[in-house]
Amino acid sequence: MPAAHAANASEIIRVRGLRKTYHVGDVDVHALRGVDLDVGRGEFLAIIGPSGSGKSTLFHILGGLAPPSAGEVLIDGADLRKLSESKRTEMRQKKIGFVFQKYNLLPTLTARDNIEIAQALAGLTTHPPGFEETLQLLGINGRLDHKPRALSGGEQQRVAIARALVNQPAILLADEPTGNLDTENSNAVLNILRDLNKKTHQTILMITHNPEAAAFADRTVTMRDGKVIAA
Amino acid sequence: MINKLVVENLKDHWVRTLLSAIVVGVQVMSILTLIGLSRGMLQDSAERAKGTGADIFLKPDTQGTFSFSSGQMNPKFVPFIAKQPHVVQAVGVLSIPVELVTQINGVDIPQFEKISGGFRFIQGGLPQGPDDLIIDEYYARQNKLHAGQTWKLLNHDWRVSGIVEGGVLGRLIVPLTTLQALTGNANPPRITEILVKLDNPALTRQEVNRFNDQLKGNLRAISVEDFVSQFSVNKLPQLRAFIDVIIVIAVVVGFLVVFLSMYTAVVERTREIGILKALGAKPRKILDILVREAVLLAVAGCLIGIVLSFGTKALITTLMPASLRVVNTPDWWPIAAAIALGGALLGAIYPGLKAARQDTIEALAYE
Repeated sequence: MPAAHAANASEIIRVRGLRKTYHVGDVDVHALRGVDLDVGRGEFLAIIGPSGSGKSTLFHILGGLAPPSAGEVLIDGADLRKLSESKRTEMRQKKIGFVFQKYNLLPTLTARDNIEIAQALAGLTTHPPGFEETLQLLGINGRLDHKPRALSGGEQQRVAIARALVNQPAILLADEPTGNLDTENSNAVLNILRDLNKKTHQTILMITHNPEAAAFADRTVTMRDGKVIAA
Repeated sequence: MINKLVVENLKDHWVRTLLSAIVVGVQVMSILTLIGLSRGMLQDSAERAKGTGADIFLKPDTQGTFSFSSGQMNPKFVPFIAKQPHVVQAVGVLSIPVELVTQINGVDIPQFEKISGGFRFIQGGLPQGPDDLIIDEYYARQNKLHAGQTWKLLNHDWRVSGIVEGGVLGRLIVPLTTLQALTGNANPPRITEILVKLDNPALTRQEVNRFNDQLKGNLRAISVEDFVSQFSVNKLPQLRAFIDVIIVIAVVVGFLVVFLSMYTAVVERTREIGILKALGAKPRKILDILVREAVLLAVAGCLIGIVLSFGTKALITTLMPASLRVVNTPDWWPIAAAIALGGALLGAIYPGLKAARQDTIEALAYE
């Protein structure tokens, strides 16, 4: 595993003492209990851990989908604790690209439209330079006019990656991106993520419970019981 | 792109979309048909009043303009009126309701021909005997009648002597004395109104005032022009209120249809709403998408409703040309559209707010 963390890489994610507590009825559930994490610009980081370790909660907070309860979270210089929900939404439009386990493509739109709606929501109208090459790398050029139901799982996930990249996000967050794929498609998707990282220096933070998937990353962080136990 | 998403969402559930649009369309059609029917019936009555050729109507002083009561005036007034200055002719009429909205009119036919300028026959001719009946083209068409046929009305067999063009006095015209005898208005003789023709129509207002002064307590005069001007929806408060009730019902129906359609759509698309929010759609944008869908449903419903209103007009004109008259009301298209749109927007508000307030993480986890 290429575990070396470039020492001179500037940090794009900086997390200090991050806590997240959910209130379920009268019970407080401490999902994150003081997480410290640094991710360098252009790094491909895997976060691994068992169910309930807090990795999905960390994913939601880093993606601006949920606010932290306490601690410091800086994303590309922006302090998430100081951002309103509206500002966090704006951050998601342009700074974060999401790839989900269940692909989460809009079923009524074609693959092309799924990509373009992410642009439209960010107020953009044209593809960024080099996006055609990204589509070629993803191997979905011939499938763009199909709706998700006509695409295989692997194709849907590659469309989801294209959608995540179309606004040139600072960070690509992938939550179990191979969780619904067979081995062949899993390897294809992981190779694509690694190639993207190497060729375009796209920062990628991937959550997985699968050590084989994590091995594609530059570095792996292990979480358990709401804490980082190995970095 | 957002518009494309809206259209694709509606297309994806095309059966629900079509049914919702049709229900909104039926609501629009109901309004347009009701207005068209009200105007058509009033216009028809107005045309027939003008078609008498009279300048002034004289009615018993107790009657309202639209009273259907009959036999409340002694025909002795007719010769008295006929002798008044500027009066060329006075003809007594007895009108008796025979069907829901149809009356049979008894007149002295030769005298009525003079005042009205004569009937324009399509088939047959003037009555030859006391049991002869003139019908208009609409009544003939609705009842599939021809000249020479026998037709039972008021429990009496009439011979259809002729079919005339519509727009003159009424759909059914018979000799006055026969109608009086059949309806118990012969002894003492009774009539409903007197048609008065003047030598100079410019004197109508002056003569109306004079009649009203002279005959106060017995008869009330009204110029045909004033009488016809009262055949307007806005001058009939009860009809206006009825139309308002139908409009309120239409708004409620539109609200319920769009509410149910949008609410179902929001529940079904919980995950998709979560995806949009994860991609950076603000609550306002989610609401905007739902409102656009509701507006599209309303617009489609309006178009369907306008087309359906032509269908109902054709159906009514074919099946009941004499009983019901419908006119096209293009001036009401934007009003009906606004009513449908209002109902649709009301219906979209709650589902739209529900969608906009959905928690993104929970929505993404929705199965």
